[in-house]
Amino acid sequence: MALDPETFDALIETIRRFVTERLRPLEAQVGEEDELPAALIEEMRQLGLFGLSIPEDYGGLGLSMVEELKIAFEFGRTSPAMRSAFGTNVGIGSQGLVMSGTPEQKEKWLPRIATGEIITSFALTEPDVGSDSAAVKLRAVRDGNVWKLSGTKRYITNADKASLFTVMARTGGAGAHGVSAFLVPADLPGLTIGIPERKMGQQGAHVCDVNFDDVPVPAENMLGAEGDGFKVAMRVLDRGRLHISGVCVGVAERLIADSVAYAVERKQFGKPIAEHQLIQAMIADSKTEALAARAFVLDVAAKKDAGENTTMEAAAVKLFASEMVGRVADRAVQIFGGAGYIADYGIERFYRDVRLFRIYEGTTQIQQLVVARETIRRGG
Amino acid sequence: MKILVPVKRVLDYNVKPRVKADGTGVDLANVKMSMNPFDEIAVEEAIRLKEKGVATEVIVVSIGEPKSQDTLRTALAMGADRAILITAEGEVEPLGVAKLLKAVADEEQPGLVILGKQAIDDDSNQTGQMLAALTGWGQGTFASKVEVAGDTVIVTREVDGGSETVSLKAPAIVTTDLRLNEPRYASLPNIMKAKSKPLANKTPADYGVDVAKRLTTLKVSEPPVRSAGIKVADVDELVAKLKALGVAA
Ligand SMILES: Cc1cc2nc3c(=O)[nH]c(=O)nc-3n(C[C@H](O)[C@H](O)[C@H](O)COP(=O)(O)OP(=O)(O)OC[C@H]3O[C@@H](n4cnc5c(N)ncnc54)[C@H](O)[C@@H]3O)c2cc1C
Ligand SMILES: Cc1cc2nc3c(=O)[nH]c(=O)nc-3n(C[C@H](O)[C@H](O)[C@H](O)COP(=O)(O)OP(=O)(O)OC[C@H]3O[C@@H](n4cnc5c(N)ncnc54)[C@H](O)[C@@H]3O)c2cc1C
Repeated sequence: MALDPETFDALIETIRRFVTERLRPLEAQVGEEDELPAALIEEMRQLGLFGLSIPEDYGGLGLSMVEELKIAFEFGRTSPAMRSAFGTNVGIGSQGLVMSGTPEQKEKWLPRIATGEIITSFALTEPDVGSDSAAVKLRAVRDGNVWKLSGTKRYITNADKASLFTVMARTGGAGAHGVSAFLVPADLPGLTIGIPERKMGQQGAHVCDVNFDDVPVPAENMLGAEGDGFKVAMRVLDRGRLHISGVCVGVAERLIADSVAYAVERKQFGKPIAEHQLIQAMIADSKTEALAARAFVLDVAAKKDAGENTTMEAAAVKLFASEMVGRVADRAVQIFGGAGYIADYGIERFYRDVRLFRIYEGTTQIQQLVVARETIRRGG
Repeated sequence: MKILVPVKRVLDYNVKPRVKADGTGVDLANVKMSMNPFDEIAVEEAIRLKEKGVATEVIVVSIGEPKSQDTLRTALAMGADRAILITAEGEVEPLGVAKLLKAVADEEQPGLVILGKQAIDDDSNQTGQMLAALTGWGQGTFASKVEVAGDTVIVTREVDGGSETVSLKAPAIVTTDLRLNEPRYASLPNIMKAKSKPLANKTPADYGVDVAKRLTTLKVSEPPVRSAGIKVADVDELVAKLKALGVAA
């Protein structure tokens, strides 16, 4: 649903305040402790952040893609790990259910996903299955009224907090058509979660292995038709890639603002470094690229809202925005000079945080393959 | 009891005010406006009293330009039940506001009116007190704590060097100080619902109140720029300088 401008402005304004007053002061702490304070997550629940993309009929806000992006821009202005707390419920953890669930499945789960009572995760990647995600090995074998799942999922965001997983498993032969999607409650017997991995950045957001040992999943928990699991996953990622791109734009804008604030204060050779043309070149390049990514992602989002297929465009914008924020973060470190390398200034933390955007929800190379394949198919 | 909470749309507290070139006032063109922070505290207190079951209805009222509607919507999103917008062009002085609030109070018969102690734009700190005079109700200003039991309102006041506790009989007037509470963020679903809460549109004429200005602003100017300090070599020189300035004997 598209909101009227006044209401949407009020929404953005509230989020902006929340990010500025509540989240930004905690960035260093969350980076060091690798944990968001429980009270903060509760505040996020109270605010309604877990339900941003859940339809209104199920207690969410039912925001359009363009609206969701404008919110992603705002959350980009703080450590990306903050957004991850509710990020899976807004994106990859819930959208399979929103797009492909039956009315009964939606009724059962979505209202509690919207309030944040249930945290969701999306489990596609495996130890031997990454970019080639159609090759999932985790087995699902039909046994009466249940499917028994066996195997391992790897690097699953929020797995240690999730009570519901969307799991892609092999129900048939080799290839994409042998994959089905399942809604798997975390409390089923045989399902165990590994300890959180130690990561390069985004401390506060956890990824873990999820191990399945003959986990009996009720047959009615299959999401979409048998053999449609890969399609379900790809539709989820089409949307997720736009959201991630929005976060990339927001982080870039934050880093540009921080760089400028530093450059007008820091003096070398008798004047603020912002007055040296080589610094200005970096600021100009970062600003130009960030503006381009912002316009690009809003354009694709508007197309998606209009019902167009945006698989190729979503891959292209994720490719551009994630690489863009990588360059912007690198320049930010450079503009800060020695301070950019020192933890207290927080810039090196962002530099590590944004590295992930070029890897998850499809690596840069995979986005290139998607864009090239589709562009060649279309003949230009 | 009903609680009436007046809210004012002011320059956002994060914005650095700029004085207009001709010195007639602060430039408000294209700058961010939001609810006066003390009024936010007042709205929060009223909502808490409603959540405790003390208040039955929270009515917010704003006097000012049509855009004040946004400020009322913010209060509705926080949890107020309905809103009254009294549209008035230009500046309405504290006395005019107090007279309008008196008229609204006559109509609504609230048990409590909770106002901000002052608005951060003109810092008048008058409206609550004037309203108390016009209504003849008791007042507890600069409140850091408010407790209501039946028709008794116990207000802890921030005063120089400590606090003072007064007991008022409802209906009464309370003005809020910073420490009273920490206002909540309106939740996103409530912001969306605020649109459908009732908002009545009025004018000063509807209440038969003349809000013509009684005061003339002669000049508005920026605070003087702080001049550079001086360094003294030792305590003796410091004392000598202070004596020369006449601030130490
Ligand atoms: C912090 C974090 C959170 C994550 N969260 C989730 C989650 O919630 N759910 C989930 O399912 N997964 C998640 N992942 C997994 C993530 O999606 C994968 O790591 C990613 O898809 C890459 O897969 P891989 O790590 O197996 O790398 P690989 O696929 O092994 O890739 C290694 C390299 O080879 C390149 N490559 C692969 N195939 C080709 C090709 N055909 N042509 C050219 N180059 C190629 C890649 O681009 C990459 O550079 C997460 C990962 C991380 C690090
Ligand atoms: C881990 C680490 C170890 C270090 N070890 C030592 C050490 O052992 N001994 C020691 O003495 N120092 C050491 N340093 C300091 C290091 O040499 C300085 O950080 C570096 O020279 C940059 O200076 P700065 O940090 O003051 O940045 P600044 O000089 O403030 O530079 C900030 C930015 O402005 C740019 N800039 C500056 N002037 C101009 C100009 N005229 N035109 C265009 N751009 C300009 C810079 O290139 C940079 O991008 C260390 C620093 C670090 C981070």
